[in-house]
Amino acid sequence: MSAPDMATAASQQIVLGRHDELKKRQRMVIDVDGTGIGIYFVGEEVRAYLNICPHMGGPVCQGKIMPRTLELVADNGKSLGLGFSKEQLHIVCPWHGFEFDMLTGRHPIDPKVGLTPVPVQVTDGNVVVTVGSPRA
Amino acid sequence: MTEHSIPNFREIGEITGSTDSRDVLAHATKQAARNFDDYLIVDVDAHVSEDHFWSEIIDLIDNDVLRQIGQHQVKGFGGQNALLNISPGLSLQSVGGRIGHQGRREPVSDDSVHRFISTARRSMDAMGLDYQVVFPSAMLLLGMHPQDEIEVALAKAFNRWMIERILPIDSRMKGLLYLPFNTPEACEELVERYGDTEGIIGFTVCSTRNKPVHHDCYMRLYSMIQELDKPLAFHSGYHWGDPSFAQLNRFLSMHALSFTHYNQIHLTNWIVNAMPERFPKLNMLWVESGLAWIPFLMQRLDHEVLMRPSEAPGLKRLPSEYMREMYYTSQPLERTNMKLLEATMEAMNAETQLLYSSDWPHWDWDSPATIDSLPFLSEQAKRNILGLNAARLFKLDTIRRKPLAEDVLANRPKTAS
Repeated sequence: MSAPDMATAASQQIVLGRHDELKKRQRMVIDVDGTGIGIYFVGEEVRAYLNICPHMGGPVCQGKIMPRTLELVADNGKSLGLGFSKEQLHIVCPWHGFEFDMLTGRHPIDPKVGLTPVPVQVTDGNVVVTVGSPRA
Repeated sequence: MTEHSIPNFREIGEITGSTDSRDVLAHATKQAARNFDDYLIVDVDAHVSEDHFWSEIIDLIDNDVLRQIGQHQVKGFGGQNALLNISPGLSLQSVGGRIGHQGRREPVSDDSVHRFISTARRSMDAMGLDYQVVFPSAMLLLGMHPQDEIEVALAKAFNRWMIERILPIDSRMKGLLYLPFNTPEACEELVERYGDTEGIIGFTVCSTRNKPVHHDCYMRLYSMIQELDKPLAFHSGYHWGDPSFAQLNRFLSMHALSFTHYNQIHLTNWIVNAMPERFPKLNMLWVESGLAWIPFLMQRLDHEVLMRPSEAPGLKRLPSEYMREMYYTSQPLERTNMKLLEATMEAMNAETQLLYSSDWPHWDWDSPATIDSLPFLSEQAKRNILGLNAARLFKLDTIRRKPLAEDVLANRPKTAS
């Protein structure tokens, strides 16, 4: 499954700000010369993905962030109903509802379907994202 | 090689149910700008979220008693669902609010045109549509309303609203006349009255109902529509109250099956009772069931008809051959297996019989890129499916109606894109 193509910008590193401050926000979405990128903060972890859903090219990083929904099942196989995960958060595409694990970028049911990662790192306390690299 | 640069970015916001359509659909506009801005694109199935304007329609009911009841409900518990048989508590389309454009309410500051037109124009421009055919939304279930007279009253009121208040404002918008199919005489009256109206390019039956389409009570109606040389569409829908679907515990299960279920039943009756032979010039259009059901039904009916020709004696050809001459809308296009989709499109003569539809602003909508990005279609096939087939069926001129995609992108609000 691949979304309609999107143009990529020339490779450049962009300092977004201090990690200590940004991680309070859980997410920021930026536009760099027409390339959209979502940056996610999970504890001390940072992830960045292209703002393009692999389904139909929707603005996947601009949707809701929801806990993963779980099917709770007892040891005897009986259903305990639905529940929200207390550990896993999902990025939800606002166009059609495709969901992706915030840390892995993978769809919870079909891991072959995933977001395109963008290189991001914390350097000297700053969050730095690399735009237009081969991975992006 | 990586360059270090001064930060050159801007933050963009979350997309919600109140975000301007041009921002929600900005990625679709970019897809159009790159790949198909010069195509004629006709969206054969988009939706009026008429619940936003429901009181306007209630006020147009011609029966004094029903209008009074409706107006009373609008002010009370019924609200924007007055007189309707939908169940708001079972309307789970937005997946708990994850998909915000279902039932969207975006700000509109321009009071010079109807609010519906303002929001519809935004989505048309953003997707690169030259024309859009609008269907009702909550009225899709009216075929299951226990009071036939309510369906008739609301059909008349909705058709008047569409014909008098919406279609005259923008020639890019087209309508299919809603037929209150549970009352054939009322359908005939509406066809007589509005069949030749400019902007009404066909007729629609909402498929979610239990009326057999081959019943003799409909033969005059079909003759009238055939005479007008405009298509008859069956728009599918869902109904969780159907006893078979009551076993299904999740919206997705019910939705996946019911949208194909009702059109399968109507198409089966249509063919087995030889309606294509009885009304050979009546163009049939099957709406919002996707495509995967079509090759299944072709094979299934061919298989049975060959063994039991005495039960379908009016047929002169195999069911699949009649089906290949009918028209279908594309949404929701099942794309997870390209080989199956390619075989499906070949089986149904998609190049001439398939019409693009968006279903916007519903949760499972399709952008034009859904068709344009299919790797096995020729450019001509894409152009046909995205617009030229519809232009031929509905007799639409092919002059460009939409603004340039680049201009739409430049003029979008950029609050969330």
